[in-house]
Amino acid sequence: MSTIKINIVSSSEEIYSGEATMVYATGTLGELGIAPGHTPLLTGLAPGPVRVQNGSEEEAFFCSGGFLEIQPDLVTVLSDTAERADSLDESEAIKAKEAAEQELANKDATLDYAKAASQLAEAVARLKTIQKLRKKQ
Amino acid sequence: MANTKEVRKQIASIKSTQKITSAMEMVAASKMKKTQDSMLEGRPYSLKIKDVISHIALASSEYPHPFYEERAAKKACFIVVSSDKGLCGGLNINLFKQVIAKSAELNEQGIGSCFALIGTKAAGFFKSVGGEVIAVAEKLGDKPNPDDLIGLTKVVLDMHKNGDIDQAYLCSNIFVNTMTQQPNVEQLIPLAPEEQEESNPSQWDYIYEPEAKELLDGLLTRYIESLVYQAVVENSACEQAAKMIAMKNATDNAGDLIKELELLYNNVRQAAITQELSEIVGGAAAV
Repeated sequence: MSTIKINIVSSSEEIYSGEATMVYATGTLGELGIAPGHTPLLTGLAPGPVRVQNGSEEEAFFCSGGFLEIQPDLVTVLSDTAERADSLDESEAIKAKEAAEQELANKDATLDYAKAASQLAEAVARLKTIQKLRKKQ
Repeated sequence: MANTKEVRKQIASIKSTQKITSAMEMVAASKMKKTQDSMLEGRPYSLKIKDVISHIALASSEYPHPFYEERAAKKACFIVVSSDKGLCGGLNINLFKQVIAKSAELNEQGIGSCFALIGTKAAGFFKSVGGEVIAVAEKLGDKPNPDDLIGLTKVVLDMHKNGDIDQAYLCSNIFVNTMTQQPNVEQLIPLAPEEQEESNPSQWDYIYEPEAKELLDGLLTRYIESLVYQAVVENSACEQAAKMIAMKNATDNAGDLIKELELLYNNVRQAAITQELSEIVGGAAAV
């Protein structure tokens, strides 16, 4: 079975490096499925899960945004922050989501609306990653 | 001849200085390990983004990015990375010397200079030397945060976009090993074309989602930011290493001084005893 090389790095560390038969990621324009031999593509990443399939094994990561570069034999994920999905904590994510929603509801206070909205998007994406993982188990 | 009391006082004061320098040496040694680790942690990201950037340079893009464009240079910006604290030997001043030399060289070609400064030492130096300072980022601490540098980088990139500057240089120390730090001036903009890989002569381009311009702008900005951040982290590893060496030398020198002064002290003491003895003997003979 042909494979594609995948590297996931964040600004503070190398998250994952290996071979994959299929990679799923969330681009800014929607979900992407990347098989070996994909045409060169460059896109932004939306907050969300990146899943790496190698045969029957699968690993999931959470990316809060960044860039994705695809070459026919190589996928590079340049993430702002990336975490292994198993290290995500659901209760933390829910807390973050609630806090962000509260800040958004409280609009008249002197707060950075755009920042709060992006925080909310991130928290929701984090939750989504966790829930997807749960379903599979 | 100096009297014993004076010499003793001097020894005591040097000893207390020695205590301080040896404590600072140990602090620097433990911090050095941490800063080196964070330097290594950041490396994969900067290597990968460099790969991507060189791929992009190879692609025959529909949108040639201004960072690749060689313009007739009128003005250059130096991003100078220095430490916040002193007592690290010639680390900063060696770098500043190179920056000044490069700036003078450009000046001869009719290219002006301006400076974006990172670290208190650079801010202080260029204030006294003079030169147009466009941005300063100070007090980043031992664990610099990428967010603190975005502002400074943005000022430089905006000036490039508006045509106020045509070149940008990144000046920082490179960590060779604990004993050696190499001051380095590297061209940031225009991006130096990587060596062409001969393997891919055919014309190809990426599919861009959403737009080439938007994506490349974001990616290249991120690239410059990551280079600046990596330079800051590396410089802070250099700082701690240089500080450790400087403080080790200071401690050793203090030890040598104390040895010499102790010799002097014993001489003085012996001389005083001998003199007293001879006075007593002389007195006794007179009686």
